[in-house]
Amino acid sequence: MTTVFGVPLPAILGQLTLGLVNGSFYALLSLGLAVIFGLLGIVNFAHGAFYMLGAFAAYIGLQAFGINYWFALLLAPMAVALLGIGVERLCLRHLYRLDPLYGLLLTFGIALIAEGVMRDQFGVSGKSYPVPELLRGVVDLGFMVLPIYRAWVVIASLVVCAATWFLIERTRLGATLRAATENAQLVQAFGINVPIIVMGTYGAGVALAALAGVLAAPVVQVSPLMGSSLVIVVFAVVVIGGMGSIVGAIVSGLSLGLIEGFTKVIYPEASNIVVFVIMALVLVWRPAGLFGKE
Amino acid sequence: MRARIAVYVVLGIAALSAPLLGIYPVFMTQLLCFAMFACAFNLLLGYTKMLSFGHAAYFGSSAYVTGWLVAVHGWGTTAGILAGIAVAMLLGLIIGAIAVRRQGIYFAMITLALSQLVFFVCLQSDFTGGENGLQSIPRGRLLGFISLDRDAAMYYFVLAVFVAVFLFIRRIVRSPFGHVLEAIKENEARAISLGYKVDRYKLVAFVLSASIAGLAGSLKALTLSFATLSDVSQEASGEVILMTLLGGSGTFLGPVVGAGIVLTLQQYLSERVGAWVTVIIGTIFVICVMLFRRGIVGEIQARFSKGGSAP
Repeated sequence: MTTVFGVPLPAILGQLTLGLVNGSFYALLSLGLAVIFGLLGIVNFAHGAFYMLGAFAAYIGLQAFGINYWFALLLAPMAVALLGIGVERLCLRHLYRLDPLYGLLLTFGIALIAEGVMRDQFGVSGKSYPVPELLRGVVDLGFMVLPIYRAWVVIASLVVCAATWFLIERTRLGATLRAATENAQLVQAFGINVPIIVMGTYGAGVALAALAGVLAAPVVQVSPLMGSSLVIVVFAVVVIGGMGSIVGAIVSGLSLGLIEGFTKVIYPEASNIVVFVIMALVLVWRPAGLFGKE
Repeated sequence: MRARIAVYVVLGIAALSAPLLGIYPVFMTQLLCFAMFACAFNLLLGYTKMLSFGHAAYFGSSAYVTGWLVAVHGWGTTAGILAGIAVAMLLGLIIGAIAVRRQGIYFAMITLALSQLVFFVCLQSDFTGGENGLQSIPRGRLLGFISLDRDAAMYYFVLAVFVAVFLFIRRIVRSPFGHVLEAIKENEARAISLGYKVDRYKLVAFVLSASIAGLAGSLKALTLSFATLSDVSQEASGEVILMTLLGGSGTFLGPVVGAGIVLTLQQYLSERVGAWVTVIIGTIFVICVMLFRRGIVGEIQARFSKGGSAP
């Protein structure tokens, strides 16, 4: 059997696939963060909470209303996005002119509220969400056995990431968004309703987080705490990629997932700190992040 | 000015007589530790506008180091505390040197991520006792002869340290060094153009704050005789932010008031409402950010100074 660093190759490939799945979640989440930061200038600490709420929306939908996975994939992000829009209208809107630190603190408070409410309702133990029938089973790739659902997660998030990139970089709506980022007043003078755009952007970013939550529901345990430590890793990913860079968010999300998976093979103890170590190294070498401009 | 002196006198008398009034001294001591922690944090947020989102890293690791040296290796209390401060200082130097390379929200995210690294190291290290933490840390004797086993003795010791730290921070803020920090807070670009090596000033402030946070952590470990993962956790970092924000960042007494309110609230609510403590803390965060960003003490001071310059 082929071995690398004394570890059998199938084990490495298995961990790398797992890493790629995690990387897909990092990419989706950091993409949402980057989109929100780009236009609103706010670091959305509640991102992990919205991811958790997305997973719970799917879980509750299935348990209470019998909504299947495919509808949940559509409905849960919409429901959570509505919640996000409420937050934007009621609170965030009033903070745009202040120091961005206040936005961070506010969304931190929102995250605590969401977590506390869900903990009170569902406790801390994880709930399992069934893998949809269509995606059950495995494919034998020869060198490893790959659960179909995991492949689906990677493909689905890659498609969503690509679509988001296309929307922002290649369409008229995206051009308006980017223009509003550069100079909101000028865009407003052209008769474009910037506050609505800002609201929609926040909703879209939140929907991306919730979508990641639905995708994650069958592979992780659905629990109120699932987002709180993930959001810190995603912050590190975003710092590494360079905040506000769409491509940076996607690329660094996926590659850090892979690196994490690889670390699990060669030095498992370091697997949950490797992202932070890389962040520290990147900051020493390139303070603006790999894709950042400064 | 006269009102301010009166406030300090009342607080001083209250602090000195608290154990005699039958208030549980361990709680009061714990409160002083967190107040010290919040004052250290305020040195960064309030006077330099650096939001460190991972201050529990210094508080908690110092608590672990002191606890480990005193409980396992039989070090003296004073030596244990000093070693804890030294570790917090070193950690602050390393993390600070990386974090001051970026400003504002980036600084916050970097300190948060690196403190999570510290958390995982504490979780996986052997000396911290992992999930169980360190238990039954003896308080020992101060300088080798004053026993701290009595709760009141521990309280007065921590009170003395707290007053010293409080005056020390006041002294720093009002020193020429403190004025440079204020200049950085108001307009960093201008401070740079005036020729100040801004990063160096920020790093010194960061290391000072981390060391004081470490001192608070050591004292907390000795007071409650345990050090656990919750001391280095993200939750503890969030709590110290809330204490400072609620009490009033950039005021001397604000963090003390905030620590008092948050700790009392937690003590009172945790048995009664369970998970709702988190909801309530989150709600206070939202209210603070939306309605009174100056905090309780800040709002009172602004009202008293009647349109004059804010303190």
